[in-house]
Amino acid sequence: MAMHPLTRVLLGLACILVGLWLVAPTLVVVPMSFNENKSLAFPPQGFSWQWYQNFVTNPEWSTSFLNSLKVATVVAVLATVIGTLAAFGLDRMRARSAGLLRMLLLTPMVVPGVVLAIGIYAVYLDARLVGTMTGFVLAHTILALPFVLIAVQASLEVFDKRLETAAASLGAGRIATFRTVTLPLIAPGILSGLLFAFVTSFDEVIVSLFITSPYMKTLPVQIFTSITRDADPTVAAVGTILLCATTILIGGGLLLLGRDRRSSL
Amino acid sequence: MSASATPSQRDASPPSRRSWGALALALPALVLLVVVIGYPLATIVLRSFAEPQWGLQNYGWFFSTPINLIVLQRTFAISAWVTVVCVICAYPFAYAMTAVGPKLGLLLTLCVLIPFWVSGVVRTLSWVILLQDSGVINSMLRSVGLDGVRLIRTQTGVVIGMAQVLLPFMVLPLYSVMKGIDLRLVQAARSLGAGPIRAFFTVYLPLSLPGIYAGAIIVFILALGFYITPALLGGPRSTMLSTLVQNQVLSLLQWGRGGAMGVVLLVATFVLLALAGPLMRQKHKQGTR
Amino acid sequence: MSETGKQRGAAIDLSAVSKAYGSFRALDDISLHIEAGEFMTLLGPSGSGKTTTLNVIAGFTEVSAGSLQVGGRSVVGMPAHKRNIGVVFQHYALFPHMTVGRNVAYPLSLRGVAKTEREARVKRALDMVRMADFAHRYPSELSGGQQQRVALARAIVFDPPLLLMDEPLGALDKKLREWLQLEIKRIHRELGTTFVYVTHDQEEALVLSDRIAVFNRGKIEQVGTGRDLYDAPETLFVGRFIGDSTVLRGQSRGDGSSTALDIAGETVTAPLKHAGRGQPVMLLRPEKLAIRRPGLGRNDGDNRLSGTISEAIYLGSGSKYEIRLRDGSTAIVRSPLTDESFTIGEAVELCFRGEDAKLVADDSAADTTLT
Ligand SMILES: Nc1ncnc2c1ncn2[C@@H]1O[C@H](COP(=O)(O)OP(=O)(O)OP(=O)(O)O)[C@@H](O)[C@H]1O
Ligand SMILES: [Mg+2]
Repeated sequence: MAMHPLTRVLLGLACILVGLWLVAPTLVVVPMSFNENKSLAFPPQGFSWQWYQNFVTNPEWSTSFLNSLKVATVVAVLATVIGTLAAFGLDRMRARSAGLLRMLLLTPMVVPGVVLAIGIYAVYLDARLVGTMTGFVLAHTILALPFVLIAVQASLEVFDKRLETAAASLGAGRIATFRTVTLPLIAPGILSGLLFAFVTSFDEVIVSLFITSPYMKTLPVQIFTSITRDADPTVAAVGTILLCATTILIGGGLLLLGRDRRSSL
Repeated sequence: MSASATPSQRDASPPSRRSWGALALALPALVLLVVVIGYPLATIVLRSFAEPQWGLQNYGWFFSTPINLIVLQRTFAISAWVTVVCVICAYPFAYAMTAVGPKLGLLLTLCVLIPFWVSGVVRTLSWVILLQDSGVINSMLRSVGLDGVRLIRTQTGVVIGMAQVLLPFMVLPLYSVMKGIDLRLVQAARSLGAGPIRAFFTVYLPLSLPGIYAGAIIVFILALGFYITPALLGGPRSTMLSTLVQNQVLSLLQWGRGGAMGVVLLVATFVLLALAGPLMRQKHKQGTR
Repeated sequence: MSETGKQRGAAIDLSAVSKAYGSFRALDDISLHIEAGEFMTLLGPSGSGKTTTLNVIAGFTEVSAGSLQVGGRSVVGMPAHKRNIGVVFQHYALFPHMTVGRNVAYPLSLRGVAKTEREARVKRALDMVRMADFAHRYPSELSGGQQQRVALARAIVFDPPLLLMDEPLGALDKKLREWLQLEIKRIHRELGTTFVYVTHDQEEALVLSDRIAVFNRGKIEQVGTGRDLYDAPETLFVGRFIGDSTVLRGQSRGDGSSTALDIAGETVTAPLKHAGRGQPVMLLRPEKLAIRRPGLGRNDGDNRLSGTISEAIYLGSGSKYEIRLRDGSTAIVRSPLTDESFTIGEAVELCFRGEDAKLVADDSAADTTLT
């Protein structure tokens, strides 16, 4: 496809600028995390690992990190199971009722976070769920559910249901068909739903800010309060760690996906 | 047509039993939805009418207090600005994603996906570091002998930060629509005598409109309810509705007033969705025809 | 594999089977007996109910009414996976996440066949379809014809007494289709299994089948060998669907032993009595018709109709002519090469012997389903 050279240059330039704008600002946390001074002022001074050390040793940080990990793991499993079941349910319904239910189940994505947060806070105050593991898990699960639903529905849509008929003709009952044919073929969708659910919970901050207590904090809450309270470069260290983890995960995933697409289909 | 007549295996059971089974599968999700979303939202709506007394006084208060109206207007204005910035920046980027080879494409995709997956708090933190008075931009300005500018706690700062956080939500739908556009249509327009600019505005742009609509709606709605970025980057002159709601509930314990504000935000969101839904669907049909 | 040979197949009995989708009857009171070991083809235009019949036998669709026996046992209400019937689909339906070998082994694993025996049987089945070298490939690495052969191996590996095939060759090109037809015929002979085969290609049906059931709008019009259907069509639909035929319509007069038709002023007679309901029409196969220049010597007893040549096609082995009759209808004639040739626009006479005509009831709906 031929493009005017000038257009090409302009487009390239626009791309580089937007790409930089997307990625570069976030990278600023990396130099800040090695700051010698307890300050977030730019440029950072000297070099030290102390903020990483602080992250590991300071219980405020390490506990909130572990809490986030625990909550996100439980949420990922719970949301994936419930969301996958729902996706199968919708798949088996008539188009109209499925469309309606789907819209309902996707509402957590569009309801403004604060409105949801005060609502859940009000209910949790009555139910004594503020600052509890159960409270976090319930709230995060419903927030993660839409992502699982979307991912699994997408893979069910491309799944050739006639293969289930074929399996039945070869002697497979419903459960055997599900286990040997359906599940392996929609596994990528379920897996990406699981990942989405984990990240959604791990990053969730608005609702968490309301239902948190001094005894039960998640990492994003800790980061948020740290930013508003003082200029502790530990947040930069945490940010750097999260950034690296994400890049490795996504980059690896994309590479795997690319290789997968070549070998099958 | 002939092959599609093969019914699937579940065709064997009567339809009524089938749909009950299907509903049972979706039941856990629905129960969770009702308990953790439906009930809390209902509580908030109820409180907005019932506290401190029954009546419309909370809404009366909301619409008669100038600061609320200013914030409401500002919330919409900031969201609109964020949306515009996102459309302008995402369009060439998404187009490039469809036009480049696989290697460069992977790089561009990573550029979108990494911020998409990195926690919003961390990304806002980096904007705090960049925009603060002792931040990167100001130190660079000072090092070339210019005066520092105030970016943090201004509307500009909030728009810059929010647009960056929301940009992936604009790029991804645009990309998926653009990927499906048949470039032969553009070639056809060129062969019929349209210049490149004319071909773009009469063929490509209309075909990519569904992507713009979808992305813009998502960005605008998410922007309306944004909390973290304005809370960390904003100041008194850039407060958005979410912050006001939080303030009423957590600091002033005014559940009724906070609730009324929340309901206003909620209604605005759903009205927008309801308006945009048919529009998007209609445009989509035109796009595929 | 075939010492037990012909006993292997199962007989099938459909009696008064109906299948309704809402108020639409996809199958309308169908009765069909298929012998053990027989190769039965279900032939008919699109939407006539062939696939539905197959789905009913396989257990993918429940009947609305009627009874269905396979191998002497009623299978109504029995789920598909318990019926032990092999099915080959038009769309192959190979599992994309399993290799060819694992695809073919799949039904054996479900039946708990031990590993060594499983491997031997997979190999035998793949040998039979000449795909043994491909056991380690994935379906996406095979051509359409190869995939369909694997699908066939997978459907026969568990020795089902009955094999159902729904347009298995529909997606393949003509050359490959013809070759695979012969392969399927060979496999049928070697296995002795009952085959029920769906196609809408009449030539394919004639090549493969012991008997053919002709479907039309949810009903069976006629069941018989290819020769029966060609030589003695019982309905106008069958006459027109199988092979070329000329249909003569006109004002009918009948006495006890013969029927006459007035066609635009000319009369033809056949020594047959019209037994069906409604107006009789005459059906004539192309090779039973002859053409000659008008005014040449005539044999009494021959029927004659005048017309003009509207199309002449050279076929190599002979010629095919289309002749426009006076009433506006078209007759099709095939004449051997030795005969004299005619040019388009020439006035000719069409001749045939009365006993070569078949009398069937007129059925105006037959035209609409055929086009
Ligand atoms: N699940 C269904 N719901 C409603 N109608 C159906 C369904 N399945 C099939 N039909 C209808 O039943 C009729 C027979 O369909 P069938 O698939 O048996 O035709 P067919 O003879 O196999 O045609 P083809 O040669 O096109 O495959 C068609 O008119 C079809 O539209
Ligand atoms: Mg069919």
